[in-house]
Amino acid sequence: MSEKKHRVSRRQFLTYTLTGVGGFMAAGMLSPMVRMALDPALEATGDSEFVAVGLGEDELTEEPQIVNFELEIEDAWYTSEQPRSAWIYKDGDEIIALSPICTHLGCTVNWDANEDYPEQFFCPCHFGRFERDGTNVAGTPPTRPLDVYDVEVRDGMIYLGQINQRS
Amino acid sequence: MLQKVYDWVDERLDITPLWRDIADHEVPEHVNPAHHFSAFVYCFGGLTFFVVVIQILSGMFLTMYYVPDIIHAYESVYYLQNEVTHGLIVRGMHHWGASLVIVMMFLHTLRVFFTGSYKKPRELNWVVGVLLFFVILGLGFTGYLLPWDMKAYFATVVGLEIAESAPVIGGFARTLLAGGEIIGAQTLARFFAIHVFFLPGALLGLLGAHFFMIRKQGISGPL
Repeated sequence: MSEKKHRVSRRQFLTYTLTGVGGFMAAGMLSPMVRMALDPALEATGDSEFVAVGLGEDELTEEPQIVNFELEIEDAWYTSEQPRSAWIYKDGDEIIALSPICTHLGCTVNWDANEDYPEQFFCPCHFGRFERDGTNVAGTPPTRPLDVYDVEVRDGMIYLGQINQRS
Repeated sequence: MLQKVYDWVDERLDITPLWRDIADHEVPEHVNPAHHFSAFVYCFGGLTFFVVVIQILSGMFLTMYYVPDIIHAYESVYYLQNEVTHGLIVRGMHHWGASLVIVMMFLHTLRVFFTGSYKKPRELNWVVGVLLFFVILGLGFTGYLLPWDMKAYFATVVGLEIAESAPVIGGFARTLLAGGEIIGAQTLARFFAIHVFFLPGALLGLLGAHFFMIRKQGISGPL
């Protein structure tokens, strides 16, 4: 492109430079603010820690038992202990810890609680049912199995980690 | 592309006269630093407004993390300053900008005073300017308490004692400002409300009047 074809008028030059400088100043002002607002979304979420639930490995049976424990939640400037529960049992050598939250609408399920459905997890809200291994019973409201905790055994004690969804 | 969007809107709503009215005006030679460098003193008003804009923007973003509660206020400020990326910068802008607004406003007042720009017919604009001065001092006073640290607390103790020393209405003013007998939960909540809602509202209204009058009357003539 030759110089002649690309004449920039005085007005255009001023528009470009003023827009450029103005844009630069606005960006310098706004970018730290926007980055600050976006911080929670950009922050990497770490895997949660394993917490002791106060139950020994030798206390486990094939029968699911409820265990209640406290999880320390760090919420920015506010730290709190929140109650959690799990249904824990032994399946051969494997230790299974199921979340008691119904995968339908979040009510709490109970093991072997309904006379009509023995040996199943039963949700009183909409009669959702799950097998011993957490699989949802077809024909009841839940559409996926109960979530499972990561389980670790340290010195014979049970530690539970983060909750994982199964499809 | 932008031009096409603009043309499309302009064709329907005829917005050009709206902003032309605001944007097109002569800058007299005696206030243009390109002609006389000493004319930079005429920039102080605009600079005050520029810093006020920074204060409003940074303040809006700070409220995303700040909570006006005596248990958590300090912790939330600590968190946004030390844990949130660029929180230090945004809080710094608000903190230093607060002082800068006062400085620029003071210089602007001096310029208006020494060029005699407050004289007829611009007396009303001077009055509005003085009201703006008080509003901005109020913003500084109420904002100072919000971090809820030692400096904030005792500065407010002193400030409220000054209010109390006023004749007749002193005690009433103090109790009203503190929201009770002690400087505590209610004081912080009401200072926060005054700082982010009441005074900024008054500030924007007064600024509107300030700008309307200067456009209506024009900048005062050369010395």
